[in-house]
Amino acid sequence: MSTAAVARAGKSWNDVPWQLWASQLAAILRIEIKKTLWMRRSIWIYLLAFAPAVMFGIHALTSPMGRNCSIEEDTRVLAYTFQIFYLRVGIFFGCMGLFTWLFRGEIVEKSLHYYFLSPMRRELLVAGKFLAGFITASLVFASSVLLCFIFAYGHFGPTGRAFVFNGPGFGQLTAYLFVTILACLGFGAIFLALSLIFKNPIIPGVVVLLWESFHAVAPSLLQKFSVTFYLKQLSPVTIPPDGLMALFTVVAEPVSPWLAVPGLLALSVATLVFAGYRIRRTEISYLAD
Amino acid sequence: MSPTTNSNVVFEDVSKFYGEVLGVNRVNLSLPPGVTSLVGPNGSGKTTLMNLVTGLVRPTQGCVSVLGLTPDEPEEFFRHVGYCTQFDSFPKGVTGFEFINQSLRLRGLTGNEAARLTAEAIDRVTMGEAAHRRVAGYSKGMRQRIRLAQAIAHHPTVLVLDEPLNGLDPMARAESINLFEALGKQGLHVIISSHVLHEVDKISDQVVLMSYGYVVAEGQIHGVRTEVKEHPMQILVRCAHPGLLASRLFSHDHVVEAKLNNDGKGVLVRTKDADMFYQLLNKIVVEEDFAVDTVAPNDDDVNSVYQYLIGNGGGTV
Repeated sequence: MSTAAVARAGKSWNDVPWQLWASQLAAILRIEIKKTLWMRRSIWIYLLAFAPAVMFGIHALTSPMGRNCSIEEDTRVLAYTFQIFYLRVGIFFGCMGLFTWLFRGEIVEKSLHYYFLSPMRRELLVAGKFLAGFITASLVFASSVLLCFIFAYGHFGPTGRAFVFNGPGFGQLTAYLFVTILACLGFGAIFLALSLIFKNPIIPGVVVLLWESFHAVAPSLLQKFSVTFYLKQLSPVTIPPDGLMALFTVVAEPVSPWLAVPGLLALSVATLVFAGYRIRRTEISYLAD
Repeated sequence: MSPTTNSNVVFEDVSKFYGEVLGVNRVNLSLPPGVTSLVGPNGSGKTTLMNLVTGLVRPTQGCVSVLGLTPDEPEEFFRHVGYCTQFDSFPKGVTGFEFINQSLRLRGLTGNEAARLTAEAIDRVTMGEAAHRRVAGYSKGMRQRIRLAQAIAHHPTVLVLDEPLNGLDPMARAESINLFEALGKQGLHVIISSHVLHEVDKISDQVVLMSYGYVVAEGQIHGVRTEVKEHPMQILVRCAHPGLLASRLFSHDHVVEAKLNNDGKGVLVRTKDADMFYQLLNKIVVEEDFAVDTVAPNDDDVNSVYQYLIGNGGGTV
């Protein structure tokens, strides 16, 4: 293997060892996806993620062929479930558990130094670990959302199929999955960065939860530093602003999806760049941790 | 300290503080290839020095370079450096083979290349039979050996080993020492910290003696010993008539003590000037036709120097 082309200051774009970085990234993904998907600690994340799917499954079983319910009603319940449960509880806490453990877990198990002693840029390690967490979280939560959707409309029979394939159903499903993936990206980046700053990410996690829940009362400029600010307006079904729920669902100054998606991506990238900056200064002192 | 060169491990005025706690202070070293032993009691700064070499901690002041490279260039730096830390921990659920193979894949090696180097490293530490068992089921000695295998698997030029003999049985200990010696003779930098002084003493080309975060002595052990003026050199002379030799030596000022050895077959001499003593002995042998079997320093090993400098409160050379 030739690793001579090391990215030193002053080297040109062509001298950057892309091939080496790609193979190192693949190696990190192999290790980390296996770890995050199958670790015992992930069980509660699976339970959290698939709890709504179980509820929708039970509803589908008890209402065959849409008995005692309507597509409009189920669409509204799915929208509430998505915006209130998935975005604010499931994906939020799931990403918190998953992404904070990516580095913190290595520190607790005293195995982070093996990564630090590899001929690899630490920023690449951040990217690799983030990607592994992102893939795992997206897989788990997107599967759950997909199951909810199938259970929500499957039991209506031909009417449900018509709603999905000839009506707005399929577009809504695509949007739900897209927002789920964006949520994993945004929350993942934030929790990964937090885990590199705080030894115990619970308290900052609570602060983020409060911010994400009540950012609607903040000035419009500050709202743009919230992940849910972008996600709310990308959700395919609008929830009527009833009572207290309005605080969580109403977007006072909405931005277009063409700005919301790049806005969220920019927020995530900025957070990851900060994480890369932090990891460069991280020292191994397990006793202190 | 010799001038900075690209073939040495160099510390330039390096200090490391953990908050207000001193790790090491004002270390200036230039370690050439060969086996270097870091010797000192717990808390003397040996591990901090090793962590500084490998970039696991950053100096508060000064700089460290290895073969002219720093850990800020990890892709190049860690191709040359292998570090067996004293952390007895592993990624969860891995077998010995997977542990080494994963670390090689992180280096960007292909599957086949990594598998070949893994098998080779496992073979070097004679862990072939246990390689596909989970590390969690290994004995302490096996874990130590598999970590050593991981550190040498990529054929580093600089090998840093923190207490590598801990937990090893006598056979594995002897094999490891032979391995370190062989690597040192191949021109590698092998930097070892160990409390088993008489074992590292046999293979060390140079020693660094540390106490309370300071380097109190460094260099080849014989040279270090000569500089410890406050403790006269001990030299054991084996001969047929030790009593007669002792009587000849007493009259000289630089001979502090000359006593019969416990087995009665030699004289143990303590002298303030070893060179003058050897000249005197030559003169006695030549002029009086005195038969001498062997002459050997008795306290210029790491253990003695360690005791003189650190064990008894220490002093500086």
